[in-house]
Order: sequence, then C-alpha cells, then structure tokens
Amino acid sequence: MPPSVALTVARYRPEREAEPTFQNYEIPFRKDWVVLDALNHVKDHLDGSLSFRWSCRMGVCGSCGMKVNGTPKLTCATFLSDYLPGPIRVEPLDYFPVVRDLVVDLTDFMRKLKQVKPWIIRKEEKPPSEGEYLQTPDQLDTYKQFSMCINCMLCYSACPIYGLEPSFIGPAAIALAQRYNMDSRDHGATERLKILSEHDGIWQCTFVGECTKVCPKHVDPAGAIQQYKLTGATHWVKSLLLPWGTR
Amino acid sequence: MSGGPQYTLYHPRWYRRRVSVWWWLQKWSYTGFVLRELTSVFVAFSALVYLWQLRALTQGPGAYGQFLARLRTPLFLIVDTIAFIFVLFHAITWFNLTPKAMVLRLRGKRVPDWVIVGLNYAACLALSGVVAFMLVRG
Repeated sequence: MPPSVALTVARYRPEREAEPTFQNYEIPFRKDWVVLDALNHVKDHLDGSLSFRWSCRMGVCGSCGMKVNGTPKLTCATFLSDYLPGPIRVEPLDYFPVVRDLVVDLTDFMRKLKQVKPWIIRKEEKPPSEGEYLQTPDQLDTYKQFSMCINCMLCYSACPIYGLEPSFIGPAAIALAQRYNMDSRDHGATERLKILSEHDGIWQCTFVGECTKVCPKHVDPAGAIQQYKLTGATHWVKSLLLPWGTR
Repeated sequence: MSGGPQYTLYHPRWYRRRVSVWWWLQKWSYTGFVLRELTSVFVAFSALVYLWQLRALTQGPGAYGQFLARLRTPLFLIVDTIAFIFVLFHAITWFNLTPKAMVLRLRGKRVPDWVIVGLNYAACLALSGVVAFMLVRG
C-alpha cells in the first residue's frame, strides 16, 4: 500500500484567474479514506483556501457530488483505494456554472424542480380530522425507487443532452415528477404532463442512459423518463381518438 | 447602507465550461447515442424499401421481378448490408429499453428486466425462425 497518493484538484478563483487551473496535492493514503476525506485533509492541513461542498459524509445529503477521474461521483462514497496508484483528478460537476473551485451553482435545477410540482396535489383535500391518506406497501413500492433521489446532480453532469440543451428539464426533476405521478395519493399527473410533454421535457431525452449509471441511489431516472414517454404518447393518442376523454 | 458587502465582488464571475466538440468520443454510451441519431437514416431507408416492395407486389409479377433485380445490384447489396447492421443496432437498443419504459407487475411484484428483454429476443428469434422456415420451404 502506498504511503501517499497524488490528488489533482480543479481550482477556480474568480478574483485571480479567468478559467480553472489544476493544483496537485500529495495526501497520506489511508485504506478507509474516501475522496471527501482527502479534500478535507487538504483543507485542514495543506490549503485552507480550497472550496467544496459537503455535509453528511454518508450519501444522504447529496452535497458532495464532483467528478472523480472524469466520472460524476459522490465523493463521500468514492474510496481512494479504487483509484490507486493515482493521481486522482477531482473536478466540479459538468454543465453547471462554477462558482469557485469545486462549488457549482444549482439555481437552474432548483427552478426546474419547482416547475414539475414535486409535491402531492389533491383534487380535494380532506380535513385533518379524517386522518391520513392511506397507502398499501404495494402502492408505496411503485414509486419508492424514484423517491430515493437526493438531488446530488450527478445525473445532470452525466447527461450530454443537458450539456447541449440547457433548457432540458433533466433526469432528476423528471424522476421526481414521476415519483409523485405514481403516488396513489396524488391527483396532479395532468398538471405535470403539461410541463413534461413540452419541448424541454421528456422528448429531449434520447436515452443515453448515463444518468442511471451514475446515480448513487439507484433511482433510474432514464427509466422514469422512458415510462413517462409511454404515458405522454398514450395520452396523445387518447386525445386524438377521444378528445373529450382527456380533458 | 452604502455599497454591497465585499463577498459579492466576484459573484457574477462564474465559469461556464464549453462543451467540447468531441464530447461524444469520451464514453461508449455517448458515441452509441450519436451513432443512433445518425443511423436512424438507415432505419428510414429500410422502411422505404419495404414500402417500395409492397408497391411492387401490388403491381404484379413483372414489377416485383424488376424490384428483386434492383435489389441484387452491388450498390443495393452494400447499402442494404449497412442498413441491416444499423437496424439490428436499433432493435437491440429498443429491446434493452423495453423494461425501462414498461414496468410489468405480476401479483404485486415487478417482473425482472431480464425477463422482459428475454421475451423480446425470444419473440424476435421465433418470428425470424418462421420467416426462415417459409423461405427454405420456398
């Protein structure tokens, strides 16, 4: 086992440089260290000016998404030992504007997420005194996979369509829309279909499939989009054959 | 209060990376995607040839014979072979995509992806077998 490993980190300091550069750090190698531990070592002992986001260290908060050797990864779940002998290249996620070093701006996603109405929409709300909206384990099972999304943005960074057409709503937002569409308590599918079947919605996706490959929570956004395409197409055919039935 | 706080000084200076012209060579899945987009032309070509064949069939044996003779020319043989390879490529993509788009549930359990993909391939092989049988029998 090597005593140390080289870390090549993308730096962007807007007050100093017009575009990112790379900086090398030699960090001690430990078998139980993940890339995030290495970055924290740099921050604590070598260079306090390095900026990156992190919070939970356990694959729940979705803050520490970065590109490791070219692949979008949660750095808290990416072990140094898988990249030996190094060097390990750490860069900010693709297709998002870089604020500083490894920190990207996610405003675009937050706006799109809100557009797809990721909450339970009811035709009529029943009063709290009547109790909860009940659901069977089978009903939960139909959408549970999509509810595991932690908004880490690895799928956007892996999606060339989002890179080429930034107006594309994108994998995570569509998967989250599908999470609510499939929820037995929700009545908002028609409202969401209007947004998702537009030009920037599901039809932009051409099934590259990388979003599903990089997803650390096995959400399968590519699957969500293809399922939604089937829903959208069925709805379109129905609206042609039975124009009064789809209103 | 006069003036904004210091930390907003460089705020608008975000760096936006430009997508390289060669992005589609970075991964096989990206290359495959671009290849699918480009080769859809060959799928359209195959569909047109089938329509042409149907038209020739309706016009009688003479026209159909002429159609078959055209198909035997070297240019058609080359283009048809290339088209066949790409149609196969698209068929495989579609077969693999089916379980993603269609989630089947039996007794509350999701039917595994490999079963749906397998059924597609089995149906394709069975139909190809039937066609081959009919051709061999003449």
